[in-house]
Amino acid sequence: MTDATHTLNAGKAAAAAGKATPAPAGGAAADEVTLGLAHFKEANERVRAALARADAVTIRDANAQRYLGCALPAGKSLDILGTPGNDLGCYLDGGTIVVHGNGQDQAGNTMNDGAIVVHGRIGDAAGYAMRGGTILVRGDCGWRAGIHMKEYAGKRPAIVIGGDAGAFLGEYMAGGIIVVGGTPGDYVGTGMHGGLIYLRHPLSTECIMDGLIQEPVGEEDVPTLTALLDAYDEAFAGESPPLGGDLSSWHRLRPASARPYGGLYAH
Amino acid sequence: MTRRNIPREGEVRIPSGCAIAGIMDRSGARHDGGDILRSIALMHDRSNGLGGGFAAYGIYPDYADLYAFHIMYESREARAATEAYLEHFYLCEKQERIPTEEHPAIKNPPDIWRYFMAPHPMRLAASGLDEAEYTMQHVFHINGKIEGAFVASSGKDMGVFKGVGYPEDIGEFYRIGDYEAWAWTAHGRFPTNTPGWWGGAHPFTLLNWSIVHNGEISSYDANRRYVEQFGYDCELQTDTEVITYLFDLLARRHGLSQEMAAHIMAAPSWREIDAMEPDRAAFETALRTVYASALVNGPFSVILGSEEGLLALNDRLKLRALMVAEKGPVVYLASEQAAIQVVCPDAENVRSIEGGVPFVVQRYDVAAAKAGEAAENRAVRDWPLEHEVGVLPRKRREA
Amino acid sequence: MDATTNCVLPRYQVVRDEAACTGCAQCVRSCANGVHRLRKGPERIAINPRACVNCQRCVVFCPELALTIRPWPQVGTGSATWTAEAMDDIAKQAQTGGVLLSSMGTPAPYPIYWDHLLLNASQVTNPSIDPLREPMETRVFLGSRPEILKINERERRVVEPLPPQLKLDVPIMFSAMSFGSISLNAQRALALAATELGTFFNVGEGGMHRDLEPFADHAFAQVASGRFGVDAHYLNTAAAIEIKIGQGAKPGIGGHLPGEKISAEVSRTRMIPEGSDAISPAPHHDIYSIEDLRQLIFSIKEATGYRKPVAVKIAAVHNAAAIASGMARTGADIIVVDGLRGGTGAAPKRIRDAVGIPAELALAAIDQRLRDEGIRSTVSLVASGSIRNSADVVRAIALGADACSIGSAALIAMGCHQCRDCSSGRCNWGIATQRPALTERLCPEEAAERVANLVRGWTAEIQEMMGGMGINAVDSLRGNRLMLRGVGLNEKELDILGVKYAGE
Repeated sequence: MTDATHTLNAGKAAAAAGKATPAPAGGAAADEVTLGLAHFKEANERVRAALARADAVTIRDANAQRYLGCALPAGKSLDILGTPGNDLGCYLDGGTIVVHGNGQDQAGNTMNDGAIVVHGRIGDAAGYAMRGGTILVRGDCGWRAGIHMKEYAGKRPAIVIGGDAGAFLGEYMAGGIIVVGGTPGDYVGTGMHGGLIYLRHPLSTECIMDGLIQEPVGEEDVPTLTALLDAYDEAFAGESPPLGGDLSSWHRLRPASARPYGGLYAH
Repeated sequence: MTRRNIPREGEVRIPSGCAIAGIMDRSGARHDGGDILRSIALMHDRSNGLGGGFAAYGIYPDYADLYAFHIMYESREARAATEAYLEHFYLCEKQERIPTEEHPAIKNPPDIWRYFMAPHPMRLAASGLDEAEYTMQHVFHINGKIEGAFVASSGKDMGVFKGVGYPEDIGEFYRIGDYEAWAWTAHGRFPTNTPGWWGGAHPFTLLNWSIVHNGEISSYDANRRYVEQFGYDCELQTDTEVITYLFDLLARRHGLSQEMAAHIMAAPSWREIDAMEPDRAAFETALRTVYASALVNGPFSVILGSEEGLLALNDRLKLRALMVAEKGPVVYLASEQAAIQVVCPDAENVRSIEGGVPFVVQRYDVAAAKAGEAAENRAVRDWPLEHEVGVLPRKRREA
Repeated sequence: MDATTNCVLPRYQVVRDEAACTGCAQCVRSCANGVHRLRKGPERIAINPRACVNCQRCVVFCPELALTIRPWPQVGTGSATWTAEAMDDIAKQAQTGGVLLSSMGTPAPYPIYWDHLLLNASQVTNPSIDPLREPMETRVFLGSRPEILKINERERRVVEPLPPQLKLDVPIMFSAMSFGSISLNAQRALALAATELGTFFNVGEGGMHRDLEPFADHAFAQVASGRFGVDAHYLNTAAAIEIKIGQGAKPGIGGHLPGEKISAEVSRTRMIPEGSDAISPAPHHDIYSIEDLRQLIFSIKEATGYRKPVAVKIAAVHNAAAIASGMARTGADIIVVDGLRGGTGAAPKRIRDAVGIPAELALAAIDQRLRDEGIRSTVSLVASGSIRNSADVVRAIALGADACSIGSAALIAMGCHQCRDCSSGRCNWGIATQRPALTERLCPEEAAERVANLVRGWTAEIQEMMGGMGINAVDSLRGNRLMLRGVGLNEKELDILGVKYAGE
């Protein structure tokens, strides 16, 4: 699980960054931007300008501005106070985003690498089509989290939801890992053909979708799961009861086949 | 024998060839219609007796700040309906029949009236439109909705005299020798066929614009569908009409100079643009990109009249003839050189208008004022509405 | 007979002229379907007609012209309802319980409106223009524009710069075809041809292979619901980005690229594991409404610094005009409408043959709707889906398109014979396959030359047709519906197409 370890290191870094005021990295000074009611276009211009001056930028008074941290590269970090808008960290490319509040819809859309840490809840379709990096959410998430997550070569994305997840969690999932500490909604992993979903509270048999297998976590799962739970506990220490420790109730969902629709067609 | 109803301009598209001419005194001095009549008469063979007309600027100095509507009526009902409509939206200072003279070659003329009017101030304010836009909308309404009525011109201190016949006969019918203008244009029409409708003759006008045009443009429907997006209903389906609307859109609404509007309509070729230095090429590329559908294609020569003066333009492949010459402050334009020399034998600088290069003839006072104006265009919609308050415009109240 | 008995008759009969055949076995080497095989005996090459898909590779490459493919000579039932095809479809589904899969554009005989639109030419009242000797401009720019250009006339400069524009020297682009659905050699041929012609190709939804990056200035990067290969680098490498909402051959459904087509190279380009199905969801799961499209458009614009035009492609469906109008208002710079007869690498047959409307009607309706709303000049419109020749391009532009995209026609130029068996992955022409032994049959440079030749030929024809109309710039053809007349159309069709009847 070297791939996972690689990803999780980013998660840990993010967790660490979330607890303290971002420390200037590489000698660059930290910077600050207050958004208020600025339109997203202006807001993102100002954030990009600040990121050109400093590696770590604090955004204050965010109010629904979309695309904050769009394609943020490695070595750059955003600390966001307020409510960032949809598509937070879209195409994220190695940077770190910490939200001190709630996130809206499609956070981490098509993200490639890096970390998003949300000290609150998050909206629908978090991590849509994400290919790498980590999303840690202290509370609940909306519907369709981790939809069409995929993994590739050295990239194995992960989403950890501390609370409950909405329905269609991990729909079409083609790779990566989703961890849910609370209760997921219906249709978990529908169309899943890759990756793993770890659940602290296993699904009742009738809720397991066709083509999926639910089984208790085994020895091989412990390093990955523990690392993700530790990252969560470290990021949200003091804010949320720890998820880690006893793994006895944890189960995993996996697809029976990487080709779920291989027999669908007549030629 | 009863003839089948021949469809009119507007019901069908009728191709036309033509003769055109223009005479303008840049000093603003006014001349009667004798010269323009002789000039267009010389080009008799370029018309076929199915349409002729004249536009004249500066003919109503006593009513210079009122809209002068020339309206043709085919019936008493049409006149009654139109006058009731105008009474609702305008305050009329004067209305009268346009004086005409019986002429053996002119058959079945309509009843032709003129009105000097100001927009009704309350209705203008309520419309949310500026004065020009307000007037344009009402002209469109009368021409499109009131059967048997046609607004031949609707500008200020200008008017159009046109009808079915050879232009020299039309000129005599309207007694254009009695009018004095600082600019005249004339048109002799050679349509392939016509129902003999007076509204279909040229010049075509809107507000202060008048256009005489020779040629059949191949871009007609591309241009029509472009301007119709912005409320210009091409009722007559003629080239002249759509070219007028293009000038109105680009010059009046978009705030470009007439020369720039003409430049857009006869844009430089990509070959020329590719040879320009990069900044200029980028400018020309932007114009062609944004105004691609304003490019006028096919053979045309036009003379545009307005309160600023005249502008002549040939298509960029120079498929139509248009000559120019000067004598002192007076500039002469005509499809054929002899039509200039017949009225000004010692005219100087006789030459042809280049293909695709706008030829601008401005009044001296207009040119002087323009030199001091900002060079950036400001669209009409970006100006605040400034309506005159009171029953009549300020100048007349003071007088 | 049990459930697995194959009741479907062969579709083709392969006939060998034994007198002409020299036994060179070129046909054996040509056919990846195993129709021809060597054997001992007097007839050295045996034929398995059931395997034949009528790709015609063996016919074309037989040095003796000894091969002919004919329809299977089985008499039908005589029923117009229970045709051989209708019965074969049922037999296949009875055998497998599967969804019928098909490829390329629908062969169903829907009206082809292009063939009911006749072009005009000048006679007497204005002159035609000879394109061989006078300028004839086919250059087109794609992108959004302001309604009014702000300029400084004295300094001859633009005050507010235009949004990004794509320059096309010809009003013809290549449709989106992904690496996976077609071979890298086929994609490379399109890239070379687009670069040579001064136009654009489209990498489709499968990411951009690194070998295509040198041609990226002539590439559209596509963002589809699966987001395969999409990252900031991909978006910023291409000249423009196309959001694929739908495709004419399969409106409303997603796509499955089967695992066997996910080779190492396809996997690297799509950034998914080798051998796993590449599933594109039916919708974009961040677009459930028109305002969500705006969100995706601007996420791409933010990621590319507002330097790239963003196109949005929809399948021509019933409400296309209203949808396109909404798209223009969401910030799409280019609207692409792909018609019912458009091609595909694989689509469920019932979807391909029954869903959507012809491109001609959708294009006409969209162009008119945008004009009714006064916004046609602020956005570009591209039509695709069954453009077969230069006259179709002229008709499409006269109906209102800024440019056309061709897919099937470009593939046919490369050798495709429309056997419509792309989904099998055994394309003998090396186009719709990932098998190295087959893909190496397609030389990118030679295929590019054939595609470029095709477009050059069309361009010359377009210039001839424009010249005949007395038009010397494609700008004056765009939306110029008076240059079209309908034949064999009813009032409603004329009304939607916005054209008069021939003779009017």
